[in-house]
Amino acid sequence: MEEMIVTEALTKKYGDITAIDTLDLKVNAGEIYGFLGPNGAGKTTTIRVLTTLTKPTSGTAFVNGFDVVKAADKVKEVIGVVQQHVSLDRDLTLRENMEFRARLHHLSSSERKNRIAELLDYIGLTEEADRIVNDLSGGMKKRAMIVGSLLHKPKMLFLDEPTVGLDAQTRRRLWDSIRRLHLDGTTIFLTTHYIEEAEALCQRVGIIHQGRLIDIGKPLELRQRLGLVTVETLVNNKETRYQYFADRAAATSYVQNLPPEAKTIIIRDSNLEDVFVELTGRKVGAD
Amino acid sequence: MYSVLWVDLRFLRRHWLRTLATSLVNPILYLVAFGYGLGSGISFDGYTYLAFVMPGIIALTAMSSSYGGAGLKLHVDRLFYRCFDEYLMSPISLFALALGKTLIGVVRGLISTVAILAVGVLILPTLIVSPLFVLVLVSSCFVFSFLGVLIGMLAKSHQDLTTFNTLVILPMTFLSGTFFSLSQLPEAVRAVLYLLPLTHSSECLRAAALEQVFPWLSFLTLLGFGLAFFAGGMWALKRASV
Repeated sequence: MEEMIVTEALTKKYGDITAIDTLDLKVNAGEIYGFLGPNGAGKTTTIRVLTTLTKPTSGTAFVNGFDVVKAADKVKEVIGVVQQHVSLDRDLTLRENMEFRARLHHLSSSERKNRIAELLDYIGLTEEADRIVNDLSGGMKKRAMIVGSLLHKPKMLFLDEPTVGLDAQTRRRLWDSIRRLHLDGTTIFLTTHYIEEAEALCQRVGIIHQGRLIDIGKPLELRQRLGLVTVETLVNNKETRYQYFADRAAATSYVQNLPPEAKTIIIRDSNLEDVFVELTGRKVGAD
Repeated sequence: MYSVLWVDLRFLRRHWLRTLATSLVNPILYLVAFGYGLGSGISFDGYTYLAFVMPGIIALTAMSSSYGGAGLKLHVDRLFYRCFDEYLMSPISLFALALGKTLIGVVRGLISTVAILAVGVLILPTLIVSPLFVLVLVSSCFVFSFLGVLIGMLAKSHQDLTTFNTLVILPMTFLSGTFFSLSQLPEAVRAVLYLLPLTHSSECLRAAALEQVFPWLSFLTLLGFGLAFFAGGMWALKRASV
């Protein structure tokens, strides 16, 4: 299978702080790969290195076969990036922002016109095209950033916390847009600290903690390794204990044999947060 | 390069009146306060004070509009709108980026100086706008735009920009021979003031406007400042892309 991203022992240090620690990563062409981890885990730094914004301290990183340091210009031609923060010129209209990005990628006049119209329609923003960006909602701005990142038809799309700060409805609309892009053949690398986002969108998930990739796999595989069923037990009204089981029968059997001081027993499906907590000892959204 | 300039031209097109008005307030105040107020009845080197001060005011207009036009928007793009990374992630060269960001300062500098020059020609028919004058004016706009790009890239906060403006730009506005002749000052002070690019811009514009002997060394020094600022801006851009 063709690999779109390959890193070997990729490391980025800021002084004494190691933001990325010997990261070995492979992302296949055509997949949605999710980087799951808490704030400060190294997700954004990884994207900054892969998108040529930051040079690694050591190790190598290739995107579409091009070295991000030695062939940064080639990398820039094949990537689209949606940053975590709104990165639009808020004094300009949505259409002007799109035009600006299309010009940066050397699209011809007719290409610019057609592509902007096509993408604004694709993502449902045609009616907002001539509004000043500052007047748009957060969800519209995020969708506009996706449009801006796709103008030059990138093979590889980086989404850094694409739905952070958005309400549930807007988040789901954005997920739909991401799924459509994937179905159209775009490889997507997204970072998130939302468990449900990683589970809903990603074919494979890498769990990153303190700059290190600590586990990787399909969401189901990761949950299977832990146990597909979780039993939460409140012991002595103080501490919640988590036990993981391969199936409900095993979980039920465990519950039936619990001592009387075990209260408030919950049996539920395991999720990626359970995987993360077991691997790192902390919750995903925690700082 | 035009792709970089284009976005700032769109902004200018939408806000041209406000931009022009705000860039003309200071020079017109200086013109009224110094040219007509304090300076009426004074003469310098055989010229009326108004004739003497007008080229200086044009020079400082070139400086403030070009420096602000290039630097402030760049600063806002980097630290407030945070859209500057879009340039760095696109397949556009750093040279084109630096030049594109410089050119918006040049355009804004020229718009403001042409407006103040029009006022100057109206109230001072003896003002000579020769090709040499235009050359110095355009060169000055480039030099101060390069400075704007450099400072816009280096400033890490709005406070940094304000500090530089207060400690460097403001003193340069008043001390660079814009409002008085440097020949009145002690040699040591004069030597320090020749370290400021506006001093050379003022001298060259004044010499061209009043048809005095043209200070070619000053002009070359001004160009030298421009080269140094451009090199500094390129260095800052390279640093930003690491």
